[in-house]
Amino acid sequence: MLLAEQLHHRFGSVRALDGISFSVRPGQTLAIFGPNGAGKTTLLRVLAGLIRPHQGRAHVEGGRRAIGWIGHQAQLYNQLTVRENLRFWASLYDVAPPAELLTRLGLEEHADRPVRALSRGLVQRVAIARALVHNPAVLLLDEPFTGLDRTAAETLGRLLAQHAAAGRATVLVTHNVEEGTGLATEVAFMRAGRFVHFGPRAGRGAQQVSEEYRNAIA
Amino acid sequence: MRLPEGVRHTWAVAAKDLLVEFRSRTGIVSAAVFVVLVLMVFNFGRDPTAVSNLVLAPTILWVTFTFAAIIALNRAFQLELENQALDGLLLSPIGRGSIYLGKLIANLVFVAIVEVIGVPLVALFFNVEVWQNIGPLAGIIALATLGFVAVGTLFSAMTVRTRFAELLLPVVLLPFMILPLMWATMATTAIFGGRPLSEIGGWLKMLAGYDIVFVIVALLLFPATVNE
Repeated sequence: MLLAEQLHHRFGSVRALDGISFSVRPGQTLAIFGPNGAGKTTLLRVLAGLIRPHQGRAHVEGGRRAIGWIGHQAQLYNQLTVRENLRFWASLYDVAPPAELLTRLGLEEHADRPVRALSRGLVQRVAIARALVHNPAVLLLDEPFTGLDRTAAETLGRLLAQHAAAGRATVLVTHNVEEGTGLATEVAFMRAGRFVHFGPRAGRGAQQVSEEYRNAIA
Repeated sequence: MRLPEGVRHTWAVAAKDLLVEFRSRTGIVSAAVFVVLVLMVFNFGRDPTAVSNLVLAPTILWVTFTFAAIIALNRAFQLELENQALDGLLLSPIGRGSIYLGKLIANLVFVAIVEVIGVPLVALFFNVEVWQNIGPLAGIIALATLGFVAVGTLFSAMTVRTRFAELLLPVVLLPFMILPLMWATMATTAIFGGRPLSEIGGWLKMLAGYDIVFVIVALLLFPATVNE
């Protein structure tokens, strides 16, 4: 479903990606943990096709149409309402925005408010709705829990679990091990553009993964 | 009847830009106020006995439209950056050409609105025959505007991520505007002077040729300007 082969990318003299290879199969959720500057965001952008790697190849089955993306920024038009934003993004994928999406994310009562009038947490929920509007086969998430309150974080967790249960793939990057571990079927630790660990979570809890992570990146 | 995919995506981008701009009114109001102020300054800051209106009006008209268009063009990709939405557009399955054409259509509408405000003011301030020649004048304005907005939309995408985008856009764009401006000014002078329409045919053909060449070139180059 998603394949990365020997990805290399540099920003000047800095090696952002240094020979990363992995694959994610349907139903799997890969959580990539790493400190700031490890190359996590660059890796996601390469997987999404937003950056062309200097070497190697990233392939997502179904191409851009199959990708849902939540980045650092909400990617919403502040002047437009929630409904208008979702309608616009859906139109680019030739679909109608699913009506139940607003309900599932608790956005129904905010649907006709402009995005600029929403709190940060609500904006993040709309960003999640935007990423899911075309029912993507692969979700690429960059620190998706940022700005979410507890309820919204739980809702996102449920949505991601449903996404995986439907046989879809997710790649999630975060520096917060506790948040990511609960959702992951596979875990990777990233440092200086390389995976220093990659493998199934295999029932390990957040505490154990957190300890292994600290040791791996020390 | 369902429109072809490229047309639907182009319209989606254009309609979104128009809606965002009409809600915020940032670029359009700036450009419209600029046109009114510049024409007023030219009107009061000239010696009417030194140069005839016939000579002055076409030049002022096109100088004003040029800089007003640059104000509007600066907004084209700025609104994507402000809303941090450029990645989303690039990640969506729509063709880069649809993004460019959508932006081009929205920019043409903005600049046309500014021109609709500017033309009556030129007629009022400079006492030139606009209404009798409105058809040919509209043709000149449409052809010249399409050319420099096509180039300007491309350069707007190229410069938007730079530190001095608002300064850089006119610096790179103005050299490409010299030819259409020259042709448009000469054709407008002929129209205002009551010359026969056959005299402006050559200018119109050159403007049309410029439009065809630069819309195609911009469409070909646009993907390279937005890809990282």
